[in-house]
Amino acid sequence: MLAPAAAISLLLSLIVYALTGGADFGGGLWDLLASGRRAQAQRKAIAAAIAPIWEANHVWLILVVVVLFTAFPGGFSAVMTALNIPISVMLVGIVLRGSAFIFRSHDPRPEPGRRHWSRLFGGASAFTPVIQGVILGAMATGRIRVADGRVTTGVFAGWLTPFALSCGVFALGLFAFLAAVYLTLDTRGEPDLQADFRRRALWSGSALWPMAGIVYLTARSGAPVLFHGLTRWWAPLLLAATCLCGAGALGGLWLRRFSLARMAAAGQVALILAGWSLAQYPCLLTPDVTVANSSAPEVTLRLLALALAAGGLVLLPSLVFLFRLFKGDGRRRP
Amino acid sequence: MSDFLFARSQMAMSLAFHIVFAALGIGMPLLMVLAEGAYLRTRNPVYLELSKRWAKGTAILFAVGAVSGTVLSFELGLLWPRFMAEAGAIIGMPFSLEGFAFFTEAIFIGVYLYGRTRLSPLLHWLAGVVVAASGVLSGIFVVAANAWMNAPAGFTFAGGRFTGIDPVAAMLNPATLHEVLHMTLAAFVATGFAVAGVHAFYLLRTPASPFHRCALGLALGLAGVCIPLQVASGDLSARVVGRFQPAKLAAMEALYRTQENAPLILGGIPDDGARMTRLGLTIPRGLSLLLGDSPGTRVTGLEAFPRANWPDVRIVHWSFDLMVACGFAMLAVAGWSVWLWLRRRRLAEHRRFLRALVAAGPLGFLAIEAGWVVTEVGRQPWIIYGVMRTREAVTPVHGIAVPFAVFTGLYAFLGVAVFSLLRGQFRETAGTVSTTPPA
Repeated sequence: MLAPAAAISLLLSLIVYALTGGADFGGGLWDLLASGRRAQAQRKAIAAAIAPIWEANHVWLILVVVVLFTAFPGGFSAVMTALNIPISVMLVGIVLRGSAFIFRSHDPRPEPGRRHWSRLFGGASAFTPVIQGVILGAMATGRIRVADGRVTTGVFAGWLTPFALSCGVFALGLFAFLAAVYLTLDTRGEPDLQADFRRRALWSGSALWPMAGIVYLTARSGAPVLFHGLTRWWAPLLLAATCLCGAGALGGLWLRRFSLARMAAAGQVALILAGWSLAQYPCLLTPDVTVANSSAPEVTLRLLALALAAGGLVLLPSLVFLFRLFKGDGRRRP
Repeated sequence: MSDFLFARSQMAMSLAFHIVFAALGIGMPLLMVLAEGAYLRTRNPVYLELSKRWAKGTAILFAVGAVSGTVLSFELGLLWPRFMAEAGAIIGMPFSLEGFAFFTEAIFIGVYLYGRTRLSPLLHWLAGVVVAASGVLSGIFVVAANAWMNAPAGFTFAGGRFTGIDPVAAMLNPATLHEVLHMTLAAFVATGFAVAGVHAFYLLRTPASPFHRCALGLALGLAGVCIPLQVASGDLSARVVGRFQPAKLAAMEALYRTQENAPLILGGIPDDGARMTRLGLTIPRGLSLLLGDSPGTRVTGLEAFPRANWPDVRIVHWSFDLMVACGFAMLAVAGWSVWLWLRRRRLAEHRRFLRALVAAGPLGFLAIEAGWVVTEVGRQPWIIYGVMRTREAVTPVHGIAVPFAVFTGLYAFLGVAVFSLLRGQFRETAGTVSTTPPA
């Protein structure tokens, strides 16, 4: 009972990380791709939107890691060994993104001198989600094998497969879409900028459908357990709900109902991650490491549940306060 | 070098880099809150400007601290997966609590840095207080996890298996109190002296600047209050280490022979082969007096342990002496400042004192780095003292030289970037706020 609860809190943290921290990476991608007469204004809007909140959003990832190694120490150990290379690469991306962003905003020089920070920020923002998608994808491939708590398939298994790579591209697409949708609300007072981000949201949102198709097709041989999971009874329902959210997001954007679009886009991303983990459940690292066989002793899980509950009591009001303060007046992010 | 040594080097490098930002992340918010509090009380605009400048510096340092801390939380598994597979369930607790404390800090630093115009002055100041408090708290939890590696508790280890796990007892292990106390004070001392050193540097150029005078007063005040406490907490630390990690203490003091009337050896060249320390300054009975308050106190020497369980005595002993020397040098500077204050009430015009402060600026961080070398190298060959060897914990992944090189290069680049940005901030400060133009 406690181990699945820990797995659910892991999933929830991951979903919130995607919805908040993921969107900040997407914002970085749009910074990199800023173009046209309003390129500087776009960059400014992106920076203003993420500056007060990105550090808090980033902590969701730390929470994911901490809950993973506390509740599923065996799983953590196996993942960190088998996926040592892509995870190290992801860390480089995280370090470069965060520091380039803060360096750019505190560089006293005028814009031309800051340009290399911009490029680094944008490049790292675009690159990190790809590798994050690859890591999650690799965990589902079933190519990483573990016996007696030790990884037996080396450090290249899983993450170099077409399936994992398509997951990487899909993750970037999702984060870019989320960011563009959020930015339509962040630029509410500036119709030109809002139109720019609406166009970007519509494009990236439409591109998600073929990307999702590729992930699905490569899953057939690339992640058979996951693929099989998607044939269970709940799968069509979940798929329908996800498509509804996706269509709702695009429709909302088309009709300029941006709050609706944001809600639908967030729902879409949350449902994709939820469906993903349901299809993979009970495996953490398919097929050998499961929620049950890698979990910590009951006493640890019980204390963790207590810590999460107590932490949540402090955290949630604080987060609401943060987002109210900076995203209020109809500019809230979920 | 072997993968094992590269893994240790990568961990050491990552910690050495992160600890600077972590300590500043604990100390700077306090200074920033003190400055804003002084403004709210006195309405002196210099204090408001000061808190804004310090907040900008805090923003940069906090961001780099956050990302380098993220790297460390992953490196625990990337480099030491066998350790985490066992220890995760035992010490995950303080890490989870640290996660929440850090979360609170990250939320309220956003509120503080960007909410100045959206909040009432008092609420804004309170947001800063939350940042400062949660920063201290997150440091406490992380250090508690490290303390467990030094004085493991809260489990039974038999036949290679960890049973009877009690995460609360693990978190409240015998080393937690003294490590937490020593590190929290160290963060305040190091930040205080570093900031005082910077402003002393600018005061040498622009002695009349009210901005730098106010800054010096606050930073030196924090450092001066904490350094005597830190020396006292160091005494407590040595006693606890002597009880729970006698091999580490023996290496710190370069003591090979178990004896009563044990001497205190300062410096010197420890010789493992001859089991003696040459050329050191020896204070007879000093160590026995320090540890047990009586010359008859028996102190365990390294000879009581199998040679395979000795840490690198030279590194540990020299790092320990370096840390202690830095501590007493800072104490002397703090004492001088008190004496000058009582006699003349004019610190900012005493050029020799300002030069001494500039020289003392880096000592706090030097002491922190040396102190962590003592803690970590002194525990070797163990990752969990007496239970699991570091070598058993290391990742089976080959080619660790590559991530070691990548992260070393990355951090060197970040270090240079942060340094030049902060210098830019201070230049700006010197130019725009002081009443006299910079020389």
